[in-house]
This record gives sequence, C-alpha cells and structure tokens, in this order.
Amino acid sequence: MSETARVINEPWPSLPRQREAVTFAVWLFLATEVLFFGGLFLGYTVYRWLYPEGFLIGAQETDIVYGVSNTAIIMTSSLTMAVAVRAAEQDMRRMVFRCLIATALFGLAFLVVKGFEYYDDIIRGFVPGPHFPLHQTGAELFWTFYWVMTAVHAIHLTIGIGMVATLTVLLHRRKLPLVSPAYEGVALYWHLVDIIWVVLLPLLYLIGRAS
Amino acid sequence: MTDAILDRLPQAKQPQTYLNEGYTLSSWLLTTDHKRVAILYALSITFFFFIGGAAISLVRLELISPNGMMLTDEQYNRLFTLHGIIMVWFFLVPSIPTTFGNFLMPMMIGAKDVAFPRLNIMSWYIFVIGALFTIYALIAGGVDTGWTFYTPLSTLYANGSVIAAAAGVFVAGFSSIATGINFIATVHLQRAPGMHWKRLPLFVWSIYATSIVMILATPVLAMSLLMIVAERWLGMPIFNPANGGDPLLFQHLFWFYSHPAVYIMVLPAMGVVSEVLACFARKAVFGYTAMVISLMSIAVVGFLVWGHHMFVSGQSQFANLVFSFLSFIVAVPSAIKVFNWTATLYGGRITLKAPMLYAMSFIGLFTIGGLTGLFLASVPIDIHVTDTYFVVAHFHFIMVGGAVSGFFAALHFWWPKITGRMYPDNWARIGAMTTFLGFIVTFMPQFFMGYAGMPRRYHVYPEQFQAYNVVSSVGAVILAVAYLLPLFYLTWSLRYGKPAGRNPWDATGLEWQTTSPPPKENFDRQLVVSAAPYDYENT
Repeated sequence: MSETARVINEPWPSLPRQREAVTFAVWLFLATEVLFFGGLFLGYTVYRWLYPEGFLIGAQETDIVYGVSNTAIIMTSSLTMAVAVRAAEQDMRRMVFRCLIATALFGLAFLVVKGFEYYDDIIRGFVPGPHFPLHQTGAELFWTFYWVMTAVHAIHLTIGIGMVATLTVLLHRRKLPLVSPAYEGVALYWHLVDIIWVVLLPLLYLIGRAS
Repeated sequence: MTDAILDRLPQAKQPQTYLNEGYTLSSWLLTTDHKRVAILYALSITFFFFIGGAAISLVRLELISPNGMMLTDEQYNRLFTLHGIIMVWFFLVPSIPTTFGNFLMPMMIGAKDVAFPRLNIMSWYIFVIGALFTIYALIAGGVDTGWTFYTPLSTLYANGSVIAAAAGVFVAGFSSIATGINFIATVHLQRAPGMHWKRLPLFVWSIYATSIVMILATPVLAMSLLMIVAERWLGMPIFNPANGGDPLLFQHLFWFYSHPAVYIMVLPAMGVVSEVLACFARKAVFGYTAMVISLMSIAVVGFLVWGHHMFVSGQSQFANLVFSFLSFIVAVPSAIKVFNWTATLYGGRITLKAPMLYAMSFIGLFTIGGLTGLFLASVPIDIHVTDTYFVVAHFHFIMVGGAVSGFFAALHFWWPKITGRMYPDNWARIGAMTTFLGFIVTFMPQFFMGYAGMPRRYHVYPEQFQAYNVVSSVGAVILAVAYLLPLFYLTWSLRYGKPAGRNPWDATGLEWQTTSPPPKENFDRQLVVSAAPYDYENT
C-alpha cells in the first residue's frame, strides 16, 4: 500500500482534499480558541480599565526574567515546529523526527520554567485570598487573571506537547507517513498556543514596567 | 433500545441498510456512520427530554396551590434549575443538529458521510461525559442557581453541586464545538458535484448557520463557566464585588453565549419547517435567496443583542438603547421568514399530514413568541415585566412552541426515511393537535399572569394568580400526554408500520432518492445535482 493510501480516511476521495479539510477544520478550531481566551481578555480589559493603578501595582510583582525566558523558549519551539512541517513536505524524515523532539522538549522546558515561577509566586504570597500582600483594589484581580490565564495557557501547552509526542512516536514506528495532514494540523495548534503567550507577555509582565 | 429496534426489523431478504450493517453493541458504540451517531444522540436526548419534563411536571404540580404545599423552597429551586439546565444543554441545543442534522445533512448534499466521521462519534462521547457530570450533580442533590449560574450566587452563596453542573455544561459545550466544526467542513467540502451553494436545501443552510453560531458562541460559555469554577473551587475572586470584581461581567459573558444559543435552538427548526412546508404545499419555498440571507443574518445579528437580558441589571442607558435597537433589528429577518412561509402556502396544494401540522404550529407559535419578544426588546415594557411569567411564556413560545415543534415536525417527516416504516398518521395528527392545544393552554395564561405581576421562580404566590396557574398546570398535563403519545405509536410503527418505500411524501430532497432506511454509504452511486431544490411544480 502506498503511503498516500495509508493516510486517506473515509470519506475523502483524495489526499489534497483531505488536507484541505483538516487545515480548514483546525483553523475553525483556532477561531473557537480565540473566543475561548477572548473571555479572559475581555475580563482583563474591563478590570484594567476600572483599576489602572491596581493593575500597575500588581503587574510590577510578576517576574520578567521568567516571562522573557519563556517567551524565548516558546518562540524557538514554534521555529522547530515550523521546520518540522517544512521538512515533512520535503520528505526529510530524520529532520522531522529531530525537530518534533526538540519542539516537545522546548514545550517541557517552558512548563519547567513556569513551575519555578509559580513556586516563587506562591512563596512570595501572590495567591488571591485573605492573605494577599497587595491592598490596592485591582491588584488581586490582576493576579487572579495572571493565574487563570497562565494556567489555561499551560493546559493548552500540555495538550500540545502530548500531541507532538504522539506524532513523534507514530513517526518513529513508521505508522504516520510524512504526507499525513496531521503534522500541519498539530503545528497550527502549536503556533496558536505560542501566539497566545506572546499576547500574555505584555499583558502580564510588561505593563508594570512601562514607566 | 437499539437492540429492540433491530429485533423488530423484518429479516427476510433485507437490502443492506445502516441498521443491519452490524448487530453488536460495539458496531453501534464504535460506529463512524453519521446515521448511527444520529441515533445514539437521539436516544440520549430523548432520555434527557423526559428527565427535564419530569422535573417541570413536579414544578407545575406544586404551582397549583399558592402556598407551596409540596416542596420546600430549596427543592423548588433545584427542580426548575434542573429543568433549565437539562432542557437547554442536553435537549434543545443538541436536539435537531445532532440528530436530524447528523442523519440528513450529509445525505441532503449527496455525501457519503460528514467530513470527520471519527470526530463525529467522539463528539457523542464528549456529550455523554458532560451528561454524566450533570447526572452526578443531579444525584448529589442538584443545583439551585437557576440555569443562568448568576454570580455571586453561584460562586459564593449557592449550596449544591454547582461545580459538577458547570463542568457538565462545559464538557457538553465541546461536543457542540466538535459537531459545529464537522458540519461546517462537511458543507464546504463534501457537496456532491453540481450542489452549488444556491442549490442547498434550506435545512442545510440552517444547520450551517447554526454551526457557525455554535463554534463562535460556545467557547465563551466554556470560559465563563471555567471562571465560575475557578472562583468557587480555587477562590479566585473574578466576580467577587468584595475584591472589586464585577458580577455584571459574568452576565455579559454568559448572555454572549446564551442569547445566540436561542438561535442554535430555533434556526434548525426553521430549516425543518421550510422543508416540510414546501413538501406538503407542493410548492418551492417562496423567496429562497431571502430565506438564506435571513438565516445568515439572524445568525450574525443574534450575536449583538445579548444586552437585552440585562436591561434592569444596571448597565448604562446608552447600552440599553443600543441593545434594544439591535433586538428590534433581529426581528426583521425573522419576520421575512414568517412572511415567506406564509407566501409558500399561498396557492399551494396543501395536505395536512402530521409533519405539516407541527410545521404550521411552529409558524403560529413562533410568531407569537417573536412578537412578544418585541415587547421585551423595548426597555420600558421589559422593566415592567422583567422576571415575570411574561418572560417565561415568551421564551417557551420560542423554545417549545418553536424549537420543539420543529423537532417533532422533523421526527414525523423523516421517520419513514430513518426507520423505513410509516407511523399511523391519524395517531400522529392527534398527537400534533394535542401538542398544540396543550401548549396553548399551558403557556397562554402565563402571559396574562406575568403581565399582572406573577414573578418567575417563586412557588409561593398571591392567591389572585391561582386560577391562571391551575389552567397552566392542566395544560401541562395535556402537553405531557402529547409528548408521551409519539413514544408509543412510533415504537409501534417500528414493528407494525407499513414499509415506507423510498419517498412516501413525494419530496424532492436528495435524501429521498435512496432506500429507506438508507444503506451505510447513503447512495448506490455518486449523485450529480442539476437543479435547485424544491422542484415541486413538476410533480
């Protein structure tokens, strides 16, 4: 059986048609993701508008070293993911394999850094609740959004790592030929998770340091 | 249940159908056939329809007496909340799209299956997981927040399993999203040769419009429920006024989904009604292009009207004005549809079969629901009747009179196609008339008592409203009988009904060009479409 025939699923007559459908569906899904995070962005916007002072005071307490390192890590992971997809198009199997592993490792590195950051945040007491250290109205709301936004993002990244790892294993066992649209589908999702982080960086780390 | 259906099918020299493709449980639970997925969904939502119905029967029983004799406040709150959550998310939202949409939409465009058959069965499993959370919440004692989960009641004060209920709705939402993506991709990429956009049956258009609303609105609901869980479970003060949080923000997020959700419920019913009217008036739907444009504009403008749920919640007068205006605007395409349906009937050769009776009920009841919606869209009247039975009556005219009538119209119209059997038409017509009667008796008095000031969500009320409530409860009994009736005659028809043949109604859609029940691959050849739908003039 040819590689093309192996990746075609019912009810598609041809691989290009199936690829078109997969890409189309993933883009639709990304639209739903934007609206999903949109709820958080709306809440953030409303509260920052209501409590500009509190948000500035709260945002000065996030750790920009962690934030910027993670930005570098996740953007590099997007690079390796993009290279993996291009390499799959060129039928460069070993390159795809290495890039996928690198992508998953960068993803894990992001989570590890995030874990250290969370640990520091908790030690310093920036967990919303009765003992929250900042008393300006809005500062606690800022930290609420910090926790919820980064946690939801981390869950997305974890799912992404799972999918990249699955692709890697399937590729290694020669169960997923390089012509499969799955590589591009997963890559699209991965880039979205990256882009969301790029939006979170200014919202959570940079605003407190503008002046 | 599925085995019961299969046992009753005649075994002798049966042509290949999707039903006799396999008889094992796993051939159903692991199926990727859109028709079998539709049946799985149909069984699940029927189950929930009767649970939600049982809950509201107790409510109506309680309301016969003005003193709240039978239930405590807490029990009463939990019952109407249960009714709302189950009927909205586990019956109405999935009802027509996941059953008839799943079964028929691919056939109507001449496709073998939906774009992603495995995603399709997966969405049913996601739905079931959501349902399990909800059933758990129910068994663990229920929720008393109302289906709207308003904060800070839901986050700080409510007793009961708010987290489980919110999780159930959250998970079921992803089933909606998966279905929506699947349907949109199917309509875009799976149409048979010659099936141009201008040749799509209106039911397909309605499912397409609904899917767009599903994928754009549902994620916002998911996020608002996630925020509730984060606040209630993890103590994140997102909406807590004590920390500067804004409970109104939750209402905005919630209604940004939940108003479009009304269109998720009613748009597919509009599609069904268009199909049924054309068939039983033997005429093409009047103004096809206008019908398509109004479907799509309802879907779009429906996103811009959510603030009319919040006229008394303290949003600015300017916002009230804008949302009021936009709510009037959304009535325009709805009115175009009603006029076009009426014009379709004009000069037609009308036969009043059961599906037609349900479709005509839809038009009448939807019109009343829509017009009273205009009352509510105008701020002064809304302030007068906010949170009264007037509102309850209004949205039940849309959701039950509209969406459920549409569901029953579809059930009776396509039953012969789905099962291969005819049901007893006289019984079905009695059912349709009883439904209409029961509905009017139940909900008409609610307009009057609401206008006179009877508040919703109270089981102890002033005695002057008792007469209305008694009439309404009597209507609920009639309605319950009318809803149970099809359960009997439709089940009866599975074994004893006359074989339906390919096209018992002489209808024009592609789905009627194959055998009933259809084979697994729907058609024995690749169809090529050469004409617009509703070519009834020549039949």
